[in-house]
Amino acid sequence: MDFVVSALDYLLGIPIFGWGTQVGFIYKGLLLLVALLIFTAYILLADRKIWAAVQVRRGPNVVGPFGLLQSFADLLKFVFKEPVIPASSDKVLFLLAPLVTSILALSAYAVIPFDKGWALADINIGVLYIFAISSLGVYGVIIGGWSSNSKYAFLGALRSAAQMVSYEVSIGLVIITVLLVAGSLNLTDIVTAQQSGGIAHMLGVPWLSILNWYWLPLFPMFVVFYISALAETNRPPFDLPEGESELVAGYMVEYSSTPYLLFMLGEYIAIILMCSMTTILFLGGWASPLDIAPFNWIPGVVWFGLKLCLVFFMFAMAKAMVPRYRYDQLMRIGWKVFLPISLAMVVIVAFVLQLTGWGWHGGAV
Amino acid sequence: MNELLSNYLPILIFVGLAAVIGLALMIAPFVIAYKKPDPEKVSAFEAGFDAFDDARMKFDVRFYLVSILFIVFDLEVALLFPWAVAFREVGWFGFWSVMIFLGVLTIGFIYEWKKGALEWD
Repeated sequence: MDFVVSALDYLLGIPIFGWGTQVGFIYKGLLLLVALLIFTAYILLADRKIWAAVQVRRGPNVVGPFGLLQSFADLLKFVFKEPVIPASSDKVLFLLAPLVTSILALSAYAVIPFDKGWALADINIGVLYIFAISSLGVYGVIIGGWSSNSKYAFLGALRSAAQMVSYEVSIGLVIITVLLVAGSLNLTDIVTAQQSGGIAHMLGVPWLSILNWYWLPLFPMFVVFYISALAETNRPPFDLPEGESELVAGYMVEYSSTPYLLFMLGEYIAIILMCSMTTILFLGGWASPLDIAPFNWIPGVVWFGLKLCLVFFMFAMAKAMVPRYRYDQLMRIGWKVFLPISLAMVVIVAFVLQLTGWGWHGGAV
Repeated sequence: MNELLSNYLPILIFVGLAAVIGLALMIAPFVIAYKKPDPEKVSAFEAGFDAFDDARMKFDVRFYLVSILFIVFDLEVALLFPWAVAFREVGWFGFWSVMIFLGVLTIGFIYEWKKGALEWD
């Protein structure tokens, strides 16, 4: 009986009504999930609006003021569309694939710290967890492309899987250089490690904390991470899996209605995940860029959101301005440029750290 | 409850909630949307033709090569994670051990580059 009560308290406790000792994890999870989905809806709109603005169009502007309700109208449209399941497809796997994609993409957010102590689960191997979850994302693509039993879907899935695993390697090596400097797999620790020492402290201007963050000392890795993140999430200029002029829509070609919506949702959630990872690993997470009076009054979650939007703006501008790569160029830049660069940077960073002791907790800096 | 496991329980709850939302979205059109399948609509898309043959066909061996290379390098990354975290403790001995490991791996990488495993044309 005691166990049942404490379990219910853990899941559904609300301290306000005099019942329970903590806010139940179901409420916290739901809050995070709803906030995330609404944020995704507006990120999607922002993507379309930025793309339109670059091409001197208006973009969606009919549903709601400035088209602000466009994504919700799209959701309704998807739900009322006829779900077509191809006769030759493997029906269970066909429906499983979009579920796998969206659930995996969402589940990575359980460990992201949006502010100090705001991670749903502050586990000590957060980076490894996110790395594992984003590796599993390939399964959704492969299952979807194979089960559709359509040539375009099959080729799109092969391309997409090869592209995602290729760039996964350089992302992993970039993360290792950050780990070398930060010395922890915990995402909260990585953010706090970026405040405690760095270039601003060396220059004697500790309030200029924007210089402390890892984007400056690890700038080549920041660039490699940004471009690899574009490729990993199948964003333009690396959107070959869905290259509409050759593969129609890649592995999603047979999907309609909400199965398609779940694929798109998973894709955009993965993009936002990559933006948050860039923010956490290189841009100081929730920290204010200037550690002086009016700036550090602003709550950390606002800074986190602003940085995330800045990184997403770079993603959107890349989509609007850069022409699509050819597949052999894509594989060449992944294996022959990024892999050697990031491998060499792991060695260089490790050597410099070992020689100077820079970034050690309680060390010289 | 075990301290370690209780750290991970919120993740399980969150994945469960995500699964509920995903399933709800997935099932919704099957319940409320208008459905009228016909043989043309449910056949696989092939630019207007009837499908010539089964889509599960032979494909380029390079995709296998890429996945094998990926396994090698991803294992390497997984091996380097604990080293990177324990970097301050293992000192020069740990540093040179990993450098020798990376050196061997780089020789393999140069070999596969020279062999043309990374060429797409």
